[in-house]
Amino acid sequence: MTVIPDKNGYFGNFGGRYVPETLMSALKSLEAVYSESQKSARFNKTLNYYLKEFAGRVTPLYFASRLSKYLGIKVYLKREDLLHTGAHKINNTLAQALLCLRMKKKRVIAETGAGQHGVATAVVAAQFGLDCEIFMGEEDIARQSLNVFRMRLLGAKVTGVSSGSKTLKDATNEAMRDWVCTVKNTHYIIGSVVGPHPYPLMVRNFQSVIGQEARKQILRTENRLPDYLVACVGGGSNAIGLFHPFYNDKKVKFIGVEAAGYGINTHKHAATLIKGSPGVLHGSKSYLLQTNDGQIEIAHSISAGLDYPGIGPEHSFYKKTKRAKYVSVKDGEAVDGLKLLSVTEGIIPALETAHAIAYLKKAAKKMKKNSLVVLCLSGRGDKDMTIISELLKK
Amino acid sequence: MIENRITKKNTQLLRDKKKAFVAYLSAGFPDFDSTYELVDMLIHNKVDFIELGMPFSDPVADGPIIQQSSAKALQKGMNMIKYLKLIKMIRMKFDVPLIMMSYYNPIFKYGIEKFARNAAIAGLDGVIVPDLPPEESAALNKALSRKSISQIFLISPLTSPERIKKISKISSGFIYYVSLAGVTGTRNTLGKNLSKQVGRIKKATKTPVFVGFGVSKPEHVKKVNKVADGVIVGSAIIKIINKSINKQQLKIEISRFMRLMQNN
Repeated sequence: MTVIPDKNGYFGNFGGRYVPETLMSALKSLEAVYSESQKSARFNKTLNYYLKEFAGRVTPLYFASRLSKYLGIKVYLKREDLLHTGAHKINNTLAQALLCLRMKKKRVIAETGAGQHGVATAVVAAQFGLDCEIFMGEEDIARQSLNVFRMRLLGAKVTGVSSGSKTLKDATNEAMRDWVCTVKNTHYIIGSVVGPHPYPLMVRNFQSVIGQEARKQILRTENRLPDYLVACVGGGSNAIGLFHPFYNDKKVKFIGVEAAGYGINTHKHAATLIKGSPGVLHGSKSYLLQTNDGQIEIAHSISAGLDYPGIGPEHSFYKKTKRAKYVSVKDGEAVDGLKLLSVTEGIIPALETAHAIAYLKKAAKKMKKNSLVVLCLSGRGDKDMTIISELLKK
Repeated sequence: MIENRITKKNTQLLRDKKKAFVAYLSAGFPDFDSTYELVDMLIHNKVDFIELGMPFSDPVADGPIIQQSSAKALQKGMNMIKYLKLIKMIRMKFDVPLIMMSYYNPIFKYGIEKFARNAAIAGLDGVIVPDLPPEESAALNKALSRKSISQIFLISPLTSPERIKKISKISSGFIYYVSLAGVTGTRNTLGKNLSKQVGRIKKATKTPVFVGFGVSKPEHVKKVNKVADGVIVGSAIIKIINKSINKQQLKIEISRFMRLMQNN
């Protein structure tokens, strides 16, 4: 058995399709094109070709020996940071660009927080000759300027969004508004396992390559399944990508690490699953950070990629059914996590990923000695060097 | 069949061979008391229906003008409790049909049953939720119907003929035809296939069809009313509120605008 949403896109009580009428026909045709592509040998062959030759799959499952020694457990890193563009996001954008070509649409749009999904979208747009516009909050444009430069260099138009919190939530609003106006010739490449059905299902399946590879690799090297899978969670795409192929391996524990920002008892965090309640945002029903009046709260995290008050519906389902455990890590701890991996393994992770490392640093003591952990190293840290250097100056 | 102030008004308009004029205001913009005064002004200028926006922090179906008025209303503390209080206050003095426009989350969080109950007590007649397509509407629709509140659904230029049939069946009070594939806001011209698409809906149902999104000029009203049963005007009114420097001027400008728009 695998987790399949019902025909309306629900994982248990979460998911669905809460969008303006103008988008309903596009979602239904996307659903049809997607399900047809899944049965197409040619589509899968083409996708696999690009994943291998363009993005650089298969990614290594690397035994982090010095980190393991330091923590007293066995840690393997799934090296998504080694992919072209430096993060797992390209697994999804390549696949969606191919769907876009199938639908004969000439333009793609995307929202981005840290800029990783924006870059991964700009790359596939350039590669397949599609027009591309990326929506990004003004605050994120300021803190991720390197990625903004990369996107523009790749020929994408980057549009700053100055409404609301000026971060990922508002960039997503603006992308949806653009899509309502341009849906006839435009495909919206949503970057995470969020949004209306079929996006959460589709993006999960495109990211599942992470877990499928990791499962084979760990069985080959360790001859057994891991005790824990650990991944950071913003919208939740790298985490679902790693977790989902292990869904039926009931002994494998899933741990999703949310951003606690200044602390989950302040109002400045992005711990949606830990502190949120069910609601509807950006097309699906899921946990949300919201006020008692049902207004969406502004999230906070040092990492732009986790700075989001929503979460993928499948994660809400995992939480509700207790299949996964969700924990949180503060801004400062994440920075320490980034430093730890840098000095022990010579790998500078993205600030998003650093949350997962930081969690391991805290939790390793409570784990049995020689516990086997697979951690999704979802992205590399180059984009965060400006922020980190500013921080370390203080 | 639901009967309420909306359907009564429709019957009356049909009898008088008149087209409907629906005016939109963001509740709580520029503030609570002003919204009440604006409703009063619009009624004095022969408005047929009032659509009152209950603001949401993330209004994806709205353009910049209504995004800003919603954000301002939220800053001033508008919420569901105050909103229903405002409805009650208007209802004590006026008989105009009142329609809520909001997004699903504020209603869902408040509680669907509780919302239907308290909205009926306050005197609300209809509800429009642009991010709630028929597929997701069962619970709200049932709760509202029980209280004789109309749920008004939207149809867009991209809605397929099969969906038009389905939506026409469940939309009560009227059908909200979105003039163009886009978000709310003032426009220079309306969508090209307006007449054709409205004609299609009219064939599928006897429920009146009102047209909104972009309707901001007298010539738009003229064009729409040739084929449809009325217009919905929002952003153009919010623009007038934004521009007016005092109440005196606002009163004059609203009167002038309403006269221009209804002079058909």
